[in-house]
Amino acid sequence: MEFLVASSIGVMTMAGVYLSLRARTFTVVLGLTLLTYAVNLFVFSVGRLKTNRPPIIAYGQADYADPLPQALVLTAIVISFGMSALLLVLAVRSYFESDNDHVDLLDEDAT
Amino acid sequence: MNHWMILPVIVPAVVAPLLAMSVRHDIVLARVFSMMSTVALVIIGIASVVITLPGDIYTYALGNWPAPIGIVLVVDRLAALMLLVTAVLGVCVLLYSMNGSDSLGQHFHPLFQFQLMGLNGAFLTGDLFNLFVFFEVLLIASYGLMNHGGGGGRLRAGIQYMTLNLVGSSIFLIALGLIYGIAGTLNLSDLAIKMRDIAAADRALLITGLSLLVVVFGIKSAIFPLQFWLPGTYSKTSGVVAALFSIMTKVGVYWIIRLYWVTRTASQSDEVVWIDQTALIDQAIRWLMPAAAITLLLGMVGVVNARRLSQQAAFAAMASIGTLLIAIAAFTETSLSAALYYILHSTFSVAALFLVVDCVVQRRTVDRESLTTTSSFESMGLWGSLFFIAAIGVVGMPPLSGFLGKLLILDAVRSHSFWYLLWALILSTSLLGIIGFSRSGSFVFWKGHQEALTPSNPPTESVTVSLVAIFSLLFILVSLTIFSGWIVGYLDSVAEQITYSKGYIDAVIKPTVEGEN
Repeated sequence: MEFLVASSIGVMTMAGVYLSLRARTFTVVLGLTLLTYAVNLFVFSVGRLKTNRPPIIAYGQADYADPLPQALVLTAIVISFGMSALLLVLAVRSYFESDNDHVDLLDEDAT
Repeated sequence: MNHWMILPVIVPAVVAPLLAMSVRHDIVLARVFSMMSTVALVIIGIASVVITLPGDIYTYALGNWPAPIGIVLVVDRLAALMLLVTAVLGVCVLLYSMNGSDSLGQHFHPLFQFQLMGLNGAFLTGDLFNLFVFFEVLLIASYGLMNHGGGGGRLRAGIQYMTLNLVGSSIFLIALGLIYGIAGTLNLSDLAIKMRDIAAADRALLITGLSLLVVVFGIKSAIFPLQFWLPGTYSKTSGVVAALFSIMTKVGVYWIIRLYWVTRTASQSDEVVWIDQTALIDQAIRWLMPAAAITLLLGMVGVVNARRLSQQAAFAAMASIGTLLIAIAAFTETSLSAALYYILHSTFSVAALFLVVDCVVQRRTVDRESLTTTSSFESMGLWGSLFFIAAIGVVGMPPLSGFLGKLLILDAVRSHSFWYLLWALILSTSLLGIIGFSRSGSFVFWKGHQEALTPSNPPTESVTVSLVAIFSLLFILVSLTIFSGWIVGYLDSVAEQITYSKGYIDAVIKPTVEGEN
């Protein structure tokens, strides 16, 4: 299970970084989404991977799954979801305002 | 329970939805409420500075959960000072926005209040995950403010800014994950205590986590090589928003100070234990001094090379961050005090410069932004003088506070092993700044203007309001100079409290846990 989780985090991060380095807003948004997925999975896994354990300290149970990373990842998911939605809205708006979806500044912007 | 401590977060958090829902169609009412809330923040700021003056550190446990389990807010001298600076800047910028730039787009005032809420929360919190949440609050408000007024170029710069900060947030979460995975806590004080007993095998991972945390704060404060967002963002957004953003880079600086000084001394015993060169945080933050030096250099070269007025102001903001970080990266008590003085100066002078540039740009008729000779405009002498004063402030020439700030920094880095390089850098970049601003000043205001006075660009704004806002910022700069003796004395006491981090840690994690429960 460790290998599966670790490699999926790695592959998603790789794909996310690659896509967010592209020049068009849509691929950048996709890349950022993948990156936040990978990060969420990473934060989730820092409480150590355990199966079939209660998420609280219970009597008669020596071992338990750390509930804090799960709470953290819930917050992170909500925030990254909201941010991605806002970014999409901005990207669409920018496309309609300037008739192209390039992320980098144009020459007339820079001067 | 000292419930007043949460007011800097609660007041804007209550006013902002009220503004967004109830009074969004009435700009006058929105201005009144927004100003009332910000003035209340100034009063709270003054009160917290006065309350923390004797040196006590106040903590507020949210939900009354004790420190390592629950989230704490901490008010010490530094936090109180930053609250006051934020609120005072907020009042000046808000006043300026009432000249009409707040009605260029919708929802300026609610976003402004949410921005203040995020800033205050980030200054107050003593918990790293809570800091992440407040960072997101201030960022999401800043995305809205950044695009205030709209336009294709501004939207595209806004998308860049947002993309970069989303990546920054991801790095923040990775850092928090690493730190929690190793130390098992995200409370800053608890982390400082637990860092002493980290197993040797885990040290590298913890250093990675801390380094990533410093990288995130570096993105916020635009340190080289993470500075690329700043010139585009600050020069593309409206002047009033750029002026407010001059406090946003200071959040990153503030947290670099906090993280370094709190985690450096980790001891519950009576004597302060200095874990010298082996300290984990030292290894995570070693690159700060060269990075700060390059930031300063790039900023001032940018000032000389800028082709637009607001771009020049943005590069000046970057240079002031570089100067500030040089003082912080020396990591001594005197350099910290000098850095705090420069934080005050840099926040207000950069804001003043952005506001003046905004006014000048609105008044010019053709090629409004460009640094070329164009036709003259109404009351050019007045705006020329204001630009001159603001530029003097930013570059650090006497008689304004920038000069004293640089003097304090030069004096404070004398004990550094490469002090001669730092002196050469700070002095020569000041010269670059003077050259850059004299060039733009002579192009815009001084050179022969062929065309006659053309009132074709009627000012859409109320001149009086803009002038009052700009003059109050310049007045603050002058007061920083006149009362510099008292202010430096106060800042010395702030720096003393920060460097004695045992006080901070003990205030959050009560040393006598067994006795009370």
